Amino acid sequence: MTWKTTAEAVVIGGGINGVSVAYNLAKLGMKDVVVLEKNTVCSGSTGRCGAGIRAQWGTEMNCRFGLACVQKFEQLSEELGMDVGLNQSGYLMVAYHQSEFEQLQKNVALQNSLGYMTKIVSHDEAREICPGVAVDDAIGFTFNHRDGHADPFLTTFAYQEAGKRLGVTFHKHTEVTGIKVKSDKVAGVTTTRGDIDAPIVINAAGPYSQFVAKMAGVEIPNYSERHEIIITEPVEPGVCPPMLMSFSGNYYLQQRPHGSIIGGCSPEGHPADFTLGATWDFLEHMSRVFTKLLPRAKGIRVVRQWSGLYNMTPDRQPIICEADNVKGFYLTCGYSGHGFMFGPVTGEALAQHIILGKSDIPIDMLHYRRFAEGKLLIEPAVV
Amino acid sequence: MEDKTKDIIVCRCEEVTMGEVREWIAKGYDTFDELKRLLRVGMGPCQGRGCREIIMREISRAKGIPMAEVEPGTFRPPVKPVKLGVLAKGGDN
Repeated sequence: MTWKTTAEAVVIGGGINGVSVAYNLAKLGMKDVVVLEKNTVCSGSTGRCGAGIRAQWGTEMNCRFGLACVQKFEQLSEELGMDVGLNQSGYLMVAYHQSEFEQLQKNVALQNSLGYMTKIVSHDEAREICPGVAVDDAIGFTFNHRDGHADPFLTTFAYQEAGKRLGVTFHKHTEVTGIKVKSDKVAGVTTTRGDIDAPIVINAAGPYSQFVAKMAGVEIPNYSERHEIIITEPVEPGVCPPMLMSFSGNYYLQQRPHGSIIGGCSPEGHPADFTLGATWDFLEHMSRVFTKLLPRAKGIRVVRQWSGLYNMTPDRQPIICEADNVKGFYLTCGYSGHGFMFGPVTGEALAQHIILGKSDIPIDMLHYRRFAEGKLLIEPAVV
Repeated sequence: MEDKTKDIIVCRCEEVTMGEVREWIAKGYDTFDELKRLLRVGMGPCQGRGCREIIMREISRAKGIPMAEVEPGTFRPPVKPVKLGVLAKGGDN
């Protein structure tokens, strides 16, 4: 790919948020958008994620975002001209404590009031939704059939291919080493392959976004923690049709259309050392969770385990805004484990914000200023 | 002349053909890991034992670089498929 030393906008990071904002800028008419990725597109957190998409949230903002995301994914293959592997088989939320179930019931009321028709379901209904599931120790469930998952690789590559058709340039194996700022305005980037001058630079660097922000002199409170995941060999469909998710049980588990079953949990101690290893402790722990929930799965083989980094913020909600002191420097990061499902909508919203000055879905409350002002947006429904 | 090699299955676990691999290499997906994410080559039960070298050779040919310079991609544990029930019993047994 030929190297050009100027661009209208430079996007740092080739994960879902980077490719989504780049595609949407081009769609809104921007001619010269460049995406810089230090490894290859979808090699970081997006390509390592659990791939879930849901609108079963506990804050109004997230329910609205979630619903917009479900609707976006429902037409995304058509918009991008490539199958993104959407599979809507629902999320079955499992509560093991009374207070947890009360919270889920509150969430359902909120979701229903916003037009997302989640239901409270009984043990028998839960067993119908997920045959063979062992949940006698649970006390309640909620289910929404429109939740589901998509293929993170195909989704990201679909954005990349659609972006290329609109003239977006993608440079892989290109690491940003500095951000040029001149009199409180962003002027471009320096990279391992040369400089690019641009009046707009977007930080979509996922787990490394706090370091990229610092290159422009912007301090954000983000930190990154490692989460692990396992996947099994493909087996006949029907072993775990919905996403089984529990906040107190600390797990998520789902069979993909392809037949393999994927499972993960929130790690103890939240390792934040930027390594991406896989541990025996997790493999053993997750296998126990798996076989306890789905006893008949004990003969299914694990083929792979890996880890990825969540870019966390103090309230586990993303930062989407223009930097206060550096005009033209935008941030879209800190998704705290939900970047894949939100990316298609937040990328569009940020592109609209940049070009039109306003977005269909409001993002003003997601400025990082909220942390200094104490206006946190705490979300109760997070694994 | 029609290319008869394009229908050859290079990844038997995921049934991916030589033609598909070549098509995506030509579009710029010219590392093993990118092809893996896109086509699932190397994600099946054999974890790339069958297809990895064949695909690396295609990358080498398309890019005009020696095999030794083609990145083999990531190898992930547990290397060999292991039953959940065995893993759940833990390491002491």
